[in-house]
Amino acid sequence: MKLNNFLASAAMVLGLATAAVADDKTKVGFVYVGPVGDGGWTYEHNKGRLAVEEEFGDKVETVFVENVAEGPDAERVMTQMALEGADLIFTTSFGYMDPTINVAKKFPNVKFEHATGYKRAANVSTYSARFYEGRAVQGHIAGKMTKSNIVGYIGSFPIPEVIRGINSTYIHAKKVNPDVQFKIVWVYTWFDPAKEADAAKVLIEQGADVVLQHTDSTAPQAAAQEAGNVITFGQASDMGEYAPMPRVSSIIDNWAPYYIARTKAVMDGTWESVDTWDGISTGMVEIGEISDAVPADVKAEALAMVEAIGSGAYNPFTGPLKKQDGSDWLGEGETADDGTLAGMNFYVEGIEGDIPQ
Amino acid sequence: MDLSAINPVLLIASLMVAATPLLLAAIGELVVEKAGVLNLGVEGMMIVGAISGFAISVETGSPYLGFLCAAIGGAVLSLLFVILTQYALANQVASGLALTLFGLGISSLMGQSYVGIKPPATGEIWLPILSDLPVIGPIFFQHDPILYFGIALVAAVWVLLKYSRFGLILRAVGENHDAAHALGYKVVRVRTLAILFGGACAGLGGAYISLIRVPQWTEGMTAGVGWIALALVVFASWKPWRALIGAYLFGGITVLQLNLQAAGVAIPVEYLAMSPYLITILVLVILSADKSSAPAALGRIFHASN
Repeated sequence: MKLNNFLASAAMVLGLATAAVADDKTKVGFVYVGPVGDGGWTYEHNKGRLAVEEEFGDKVETVFVENVAEGPDAERVMTQMALEGADLIFTTSFGYMDPTINVAKKFPNVKFEHATGYKRAANVSTYSARFYEGRAVQGHIAGKMTKSNIVGYIGSFPIPEVIRGINSTYIHAKKVNPDVQFKIVWVYTWFDPAKEADAAKVLIEQGADVVLQHTDSTAPQAAAQEAGNVITFGQASDMGEYAPMPRVSSIIDNWAPYYIARTKAVMDGTWESVDTWDGISTGMVEIGEISDAVPADVKAEALAMVEAIGSGAYNPFTGPLKKQDGSDWLGEGETADDGTLAGMNFYVEGIEGDIPQ
Repeated sequence: MDLSAINPVLLIASLMVAATPLLLAAIGELVVEKAGVLNLGVEGMMIVGAISGFAISVETGSPYLGFLCAAIGGAVLSLLFVILTQYALANQVASGLALTLFGLGISSLMGQSYVGIKPPATGEIWLPILSDLPVIGPIFFQHDPILYFGIALVAAVWVLLKYSRFGLILRAVGENHDAAHALGYKVVRVRTLAILFGGACAGLGGAYISLIRVPQWTEGMTAGVGWIALALVVFASWKPWRALIGAYLFGGITVLQLNLQAAGVAIPVEYLAMSPYLITILVLVILSADKSSAPAALGRIFHASN
C-alpha cells in the first residue's frame, strides 16, 4: 500500500511538473489522504476545492493529489506543489502535521493550512472542526435507540480528535441510557473499505445495534445495511445514499466557506497564521437530516441539542465529568478548555478498555 | 474482557469470507510466477476486476455475470502486461508497477457513476439438511458459490501443476525457458496463458471485495490486498495449498484481532493490528524450511534468439 501510494503520488507529481504554468493566477494546492471518491472525508475536502474554483473562476487555479500516504511521501508532494508555484496549500490529514511544518520552513512565501493538527508557524495555519459537537447529538440518538445497549465504534488512529469523538458520544449516550456499553475497535487506517466492513461486521456479530465510524469510507454503512436492524451515522459527509436506514443522521464537514475565505485572504494579501476551530455555530459542522427511522421525540430532542450547541448555550463537555481512572476532570457546570480538548488522551469514566499508546 | 461475546462459528465463517479475495489473487499469481513471470500488477488487476464486476452486475442485475466480466476485465488488463513483457520484452517489474498505477486510475474513471450504489445480492448456497446443521452448517455450507470456487481452484491448480503434462511444461518454462524452448515448447504462448489466468483470478478476487465482502464500489477499495497476495505467493513457496493456508491464516487473524479488540482483550492494540502479518509470515517461513525455491527463470526476459 505504501509503495503503491508512493508511486501514485510520484506519478502525479511528475504530471504536475509538466503542466507547470506561470501566470498571475492564485494557485491553491490540496493534499488528500484518500481518493476524492471515498464518499466521506476527502470527498468533502474536494467539494471545498470545487467551491473555491466556482467562487473565483479564472482568478484561481487549484491542484490536488489524492491517496498521499502520511509521512515522507506527503513531504515530497507538498514540496513539489510549492515548487510548482502554489501560493496556498491545504494539507488535509492529521498525519501531515510534521511534513507540513518541514516543507513550510523551506518555502516561507507559501502559505500552508493544516487540517486537524496543532503545530503552527508564521506561514502555517491550522484549522479543524468541532466534530465532537456532532458526536454529542449522535450519542444522544444512539443511547435512545439501542436495544442491545451495545454501541460499536470504529476508531481510525488513537489521536485526540478521534478520542474526543468517542468521549463525546459516550457521555451523551450514557446520559440517556445508563446501561449503554461501548465496544471500540481500532483499524489503524483512515481508508480501507474491506477492513472497515470487517470491523463493522465484527461489532454487529458481538451484539452492537449502533455502529459509529471515524473512518472515511461508506463500507460500514453497507455492512450495517446488510445486517438489518443496525443504525449508523454518516461520517464527514452525509452518506445520504444509506438513508433512512441504516444511516439515521450524519456529521457533514463543510469546508467550502473556510477555503474560500482563506483563498481570498491570500489574494488580498491579508493572510495570517491563525488557529481556527469552528463547530455547529458557524456551519463548519453540519448535522445531516435525521431520518424517519428515529422516533419523533428523539428527533426533537436531538434537534434541540443541535440548537443549544449552535447558540453556545450548551457545551458537550460540561461537568461533572470524571476521567476513566475515576479522577475528577470537570466540576459541576465547568466546561472543558480548548487546550485540554486539543490534546485529549484519556477516556471519560465508564468507557472500558485502554487507549493504544 | 468478555470472550464469550465472540461466536467461534461466526468467526470461522467470516474469516473464510475475508480470506477469499486474497486467495483468488494469490493462486492466480502463483501460476504466473510458476511460469517464470513476475507480475506486480495484481493490485491493478484486482481493482479493475472490482469495478468491472460491480458495474456489470449493477447493470444486468446478475452477480454471476458480474464475476464473469470481472475475470474478463482482469484478463484484459493483464493482456497489456503480456504485450509489454512478452512481445516488447520490457522489464517485468516496471511493467507490473505501471499496470497497478494504470489499473487504479482507470478503475476510478470507470467507477465515477457507481459510487453509493448497492449491488444485487449474491445468493448463498443452501443445501437442505446440510446447511441446517449446527456449527458445521454455517461454517461449511452457508457461503456464496465464489468462495467454494476459490477452494476448488486451489485444488485444480495443484492437480494441474503437479500431475498434468501441461503443468510440467509450465514449470519447465518457469525453471529454464531456454531449455523448454529447445525442446520445442512455445514459451511465450505458455506464459501468455499463465498471465491471462493470473489476471482473471485477480479480477475475481477484486469483484469478491466489491460484490460480496464490502459490498459497494469505492475508489481504491482493494487497499493493498494485491500486494499482500504477492507476498503470500513467496512465503507460500509457490505451493497452492500453502497459499490457501496463508490466506486463511491472514484472513483469520485479521478477523480474530478485530473480535478480540471488540471483546476488550487486554493485549495492546498495536500487537493485535500487526499480528496477521507477523503470524502469517512466521508460519509460512517455518513451513518453507524444506528448501523449496523460486522458479529459476522468475522475472527473466525470454527471447528466442538468445
